[in-house]
Amino acid sequence: MTTSLKSWDMPVFAAFVALGLVAPLFVYPVFLMKVLCFALFACAFNLLVGYVGLLSFGHAMFFGFAAYVAGHLAKIGTVQLPFGFPFVGWVWLTIPLPPLTPELAILAATLVAALLGLIVGLIAIRRQGIYFAMVTLALAQMVFFLCVQAPFTGGEDGIQAIPRRPVFGLLPITNDFVFYYVVLAIFCIGFLIIYRTIHSPFGQVLKAIRENEARAISLGYAVDRFKLIAFVLSASLAGLAGATKAIVFQLASLTDVTWQMSGEVVLMTLVGGLGTVFGPIVGAGIIITMQNYLAGFGEWVLVIQGAIFVVTVLLFRRGIVGELIAFAGRWQSSKPGRQDELAGEGTVRPTTP
Amino acid sequence: MFELLGVSPPALFGQLLLGLINGAFYALLSLGLAVIFGLMNVINFTHGAQYMMGAFGAWMLLNYLGIPYWGALVLAPILVGITGVLVERLFISRLYHLDHLYGLLLTFGLALVIEGLFRREYGISGLPYSNPLPGGTNLGFMFLPWYRAWVVALSLVVCLATWFIIEKTQLGSYLRAATERPDLVQAFGINVPRMITLTYGFGVGLAALAGVLAAPIYSVNPVMGANLIIVVFAVVVIGGMGSIMGSIVTGFGVGVIEGLTKVFWPEASNTVIFVIMAIVLMVRPQGLFGTPK
Repeated sequence: MTTSLKSWDMPVFAAFVALGLVAPLFVYPVFLMKVLCFALFACAFNLLVGYVGLLSFGHAMFFGFAAYVAGHLAKIGTVQLPFGFPFVGWVWLTIPLPPLTPELAILAATLVAALLGLIVGLIAIRRQGIYFAMVTLALAQMVFFLCVQAPFTGGEDGIQAIPRRPVFGLLPITNDFVFYYVVLAIFCIGFLIIYRTIHSPFGQVLKAIRENEARAISLGYAVDRFKLIAFVLSASLAGLAGATKAIVFQLASLTDVTWQMSGEVVLMTLVGGLGTVFGPIVGAGIIITMQNYLAGFGEWVLVIQGAIFVVTVLLFRRGIVGELIAFAGRWQSSKPGRQDELAGEGTVRPTTP
Repeated sequence: MFELLGVSPPALFGQLLLGLINGAFYALLSLGLAVIFGLMNVINFTHGAQYMMGAFGAWMLLNYLGIPYWGALVLAPILVGITGVLVERLFISRLYHLDHLYGLLLTFGLALVIEGLFRREYGISGLPYSNPLPGGTNLGFMFLPWYRAWVVALSLVVCLATWFIIEKTQLGSYLRAATERPDLVQAFGINVPRMITLTYGFGVGLAALAGVLAAPIYSVNPVMGANLIIVVFAVVVIGGMGSIMGSIVTGFGVGVIEGLTKVFWPEASNTVIFVIMAIVLMVRPQGLFGTPK
């Protein structure tokens, strides 16, 4: 986004927010909250794939695990942590806590997701490209099995009936309209953090790593540390999205930790446009709407999602927003005196010279 | 009866055999992935779906055409391999000039489509496939079912034959050369695109063979490949995709370790492979048999 189109980002964002402010007058707010949660999830995922070139195929682990943590803290509170070594034995360390208010539960879950992101990131960034995707997928599957076995997740039942206590002790989020605006605010904060990150000097280094890692190393950047920070940031925001979703639906379940969920966020971002600022929001809106309308078709949803993957990769791999930007770029450069370089925009990492 | 580390021998050897069986599947599948990756630089996410297609192929051949197991063992891998050739020609070959991640996304989408279609048609409860080699023998310390012995033996033979073809024959030398420098091999008059297509078909055939072998052990199920393929990915990361023998050894080794974990620490048996993967990544990121770049 170093082109002249950058100047359009903030007006477009303002339009999105304006649309978001009036949307609940026309559309069911719970549906909108779901879209916002997944849009934030997709934006967080996009930060990694679009600006660092790391395709994580396991982002559901942060989304789903943070949902469990938020659900548990909001409903029960008290935390039990296992301490010990394999084959030696465990000690359960109990931290007595009252059930937390939603904002504290979400905040704590985001921090837990950041910690999980740090651990996973330290392991995963040791490989690049395809291996990175396989490693994150495998580690996410491990987190899935841990969630199946851990006592606090409730196994197949999940954590149900998570209470919606007032936010900050005064906003009654049992009212869907009130809660919708809280979720919109959370989304905007997350989005602006990502936007600020990719347009900072830090973000420029990330893009340099995406384009040519060897050169970034030779320029003296500690590439692994940059990747790790980006990974932790992406994981935390994915966790923020998952935690919010748990409070919205008052449910944290295994569905959110499965590899299918990791695939879904990849699909949303791909359809909207990898490496575009607004692509993930558009993609999340489209996929969630589609799932809503196709809910009655059972297994066909899987087939259609797979088909969208295939068609997008083969025919318009820039995604919807990426194609729009490319179109705008062609239109601008066809005017005399304007030659903006747009090649590579909206693609993961062009390998062909 | 004497005990070994607090575990009775039949339980220990029973799990060891189960581990070997799982290892046989890991080896066949990761071998196919490694062969495909070596030549095409594509991680074939459809591999799990193609393994499932192999099992369904055997089931369909039996129930629709009356062809028994031994016929399916040859026919199903060939038929599924042909679908692989079509997939490579129609879809994957269009992406070679792009980032390899697009190949991953494409094959992931294809896997969803295939799995969804089978789920729609056959449900997810699973279909039975009768054991073609019932019975077994008592070895004194454990009971050895004939069919399980057959699976381990055949898998070993196929893996070693594949290794022999790739490492010791002229055809294999073309293949290895094309892995390094496809343009140069093409200049010597060898049809590299066709070789790539046939290699993909062969890798897919290996997956389907594993599927046929699995049909009598596990029920034939549309979701049987999806979870297995993630474990196989971890196996591939542990071994590194540098060597054919490496994938075989890692596949069997990891299977046995998983089996032993089921005996000594059952709660960890689901996650042990991923823990091994994490440790290997910390100590030797390129994998046990991989070569550092």
